Amino acid sequence: MKHDRTVRMAWHLLIGLIYLFLLAPLIIVLIVSFDTRPYLSFPPASFSLISYARVLHNPLFLQAGKTSLLIGGCSAVLSLIVGTSAAFALVRGHFPGRQSLQWFFLSPMLMPHIVLAVGLMMTLQPLGLLDTLTGLILAHISITLPYTTRIVSSGIAQLDRTLEEAARIHGASPWQSFCCVILPALRPHLITGFLIAFLFSFDEAVIALFIAGHRAVTLPLAIYQYIQFRTDPQVASLSVLVVLLSLVPIIIIERLINLRRAVGG
Amino acid sequence: MRVSVRKQPSWLQALLILPGVAALVVTFVFPLLWLARTSLQPTTGHTLSLHAYVRLFEDSFYWWVIGRTIFIGLLCVVITVPLAFPVALFLARSQSGWRGTLTALAIAPLLTSTVIRTYGWMVILGRHGLINTTLVWAGILAQPTRLDNGPFATVVALVEILLPYGIISILSHLSRLDAELEQAASLLGARRLQVFWHVLLPLSVPGLMTASLLVFVLAISSLVTPQLMGGGRVFVLATEIFNQTTISLDWPFAGALSITLLAFFGIFVALYQRILQRVESQS
Repeated sequence: MKHDRTVRMAWHLLIGLIYLFLLAPLIIVLIVSFDTRPYLSFPPASFSLISYARVLHNPLFLQAGKTSLLIGGCSAVLSLIVGTSAAFALVRGHFPGRQSLQWFFLSPMLMPHIVLAVGLMMTLQPLGLLDTLTGLILAHISITLPYTTRIVSSGIAQLDRTLEEAARIHGASPWQSFCCVILPALRPHLITGFLIAFLFSFDEAVIALFIAGHRAVTLPLAIYQYIQFRTDPQVASLSVLVVLLSLVPIIIIERLINLRRAVGG
Repeated sequence: MRVSVRKQPSWLQALLILPGVAALVVTFVFPLLWLARTSLQPTTGHTLSLHAYVRLFEDSFYWWVIGRTIFIGLLCVVITVPLAFPVALFLARSQSGWRGTLTALAIAPLLTSTVIRTYGWMVILGRHGLINTTLVWAGILAQPTRLDNGPFATVVALVEILLPYGIISILSHLSRLDAELEQAASLLGARRLQVFWHVLLPLSVPGLMTASLLVFVLAISSLVTPQLMGGGRVFVLATEIFNQTTISLDWPFAGALSITLLAFFGIFVALYQRILQRVESQS
C-alpha cells in the first residue's frame, strides 16, 4: 500500500510539473508586469502598477486595442450570421452534396494559416484592401467560419424537434417558431460561436502580419512589433491585460457548453 | 396527432447556404487559387512558368530549409506528445471534482495569443531571465548565456504552445475508450505498469497519432515563434515565406514556397491516414 501511495504522489507531481510548464509563460509575464525597470529581468526588483498606467496612456496600444475589438466584433458577428444560416441548411437540409458541403465548410480549419495568409495578401493587394480594417475582417471570416458553423450545427442537431412541433400545433407560424422557440434554445451555442470567433480573431497574428501592420495594427501585431526591438515591463502589462480580456469569453464558454467541446475535442 | 415540421423548401436551403459558400469562396478558395496562380507567374510574358519551383528545388539552401522544417516539426512531436499523454490520461480518468477546471486550464492557453506566450518564453529564457538567474545563483553558470534565441528556444516555446492541442486530441480519444477494460485487467491481477503497457498504450495509439499529426502540421507552419525566438538563426519554410513576401518582395517565389509547404502538409496527412487505417485494421 505504501508503494502505491508513492506511485500516486509521483504521478501527481509529474502532472503538476507539466501544468507548470504549460502555464509558465503566462505566470512569468504576470510577475514581470509589476516591475519598474526599463529592461526585462527576473525576479522583479519592485512591485508597482506603473507599467499598467503607462499602457493605458500609450496611444499606440489604445489604438491597437480599439482596432482589435472592432475587427474581432465585426468578423465574429458576420461569421456567426453566415455560419448559423449555413448550419440550418447543412444539418436539416436534404440536397445532393450535403456531406461534401459540410466538409467544405470545415476545410479552412485544416489549412495552415501561413499559406492562407500569403494567398489573402496576394488577393487583397490588387483590391487595395491591404492594411485596412475591411481586409482584416474578411480574412478573419475565413478562419472563424468553420468554428461558428460547427458549433451552431451541433446545437441544431441537439434541438428537441417536438418543441417546434408543439409550437406549430398551437398555431405558430414557421417564423414565430423560429424566433420564439428555435433561437432561444440555440442561445448557448450562438453565444459560444460568437465568442470563439471573437477569440480566434482577437488572438490571430500570422495573417495580420502579412496583410496589415502600418495603418491597421491589431493588439497581437502591436505586441509583436514592440518586442522585436524593446522588451520592457510595459509590454508585459499589455499582455496581461490582453490575456485577462480573453479570459472573460473563455470562462463564459466553459460555463455555457464547456471549452473542450467548443474547441473541438 | 403528429404534425410534422415541414421540410425546408429548396429555395430556402439555397438562400441559407449561399452566403456561407460565397464567403468561403471569396476568403478561402479564391486566395488559394490565386496563390497557386502567382507561384506560376513568369518573370516576363503572360504564360505560366515553373521557374520559381525550378529555382527552389535547384537551390540546396531550400532543401536544407525543408529538412530543417521537418526536423523541428518532428522534434516538437517527440517532446509534445509524451508530455500531453500523461495529462490527457489524468484528465480522462480523474474522479476529482477539479477535473472540469483542470481540463479547462489545460485548454485555455490555446485561446490566448501565441505572441504573448512566445514573449513569456523570451522572458524565461532571456539573458536576465528566470533560467539564467537561477543557474547563476546556484553557481552552475559563471555568467548568463544566451538561451533565448536559436533552435533550442524555438522548440521549447513551440512545445508549450502546441501542448494543449496534443492534450485535447488524446483526451477526446481516451474518453471514447472503455475504462472497464483497464479495470478488468487490474482485477485479473495485472500490475499498474502492465495495465499501462499491455492495455492502455496499445488502445491509445490512434489518439497519440492524431496528436502527433496535429502537432507536426502546426509546428511546421508556425511563424511567430521561430521568427521571434530564432534570433535570425532558425530557417524554416514559414520564416522564408515571410522574408520572401515582406523583404525580398518576390511573390512568385513566396507562392512556390507556400505551395511546397502545402504539399508537405498533404503528404503527411495522407501518410497518417494510411498508417491509421493499418493500425485500426490490426486491432
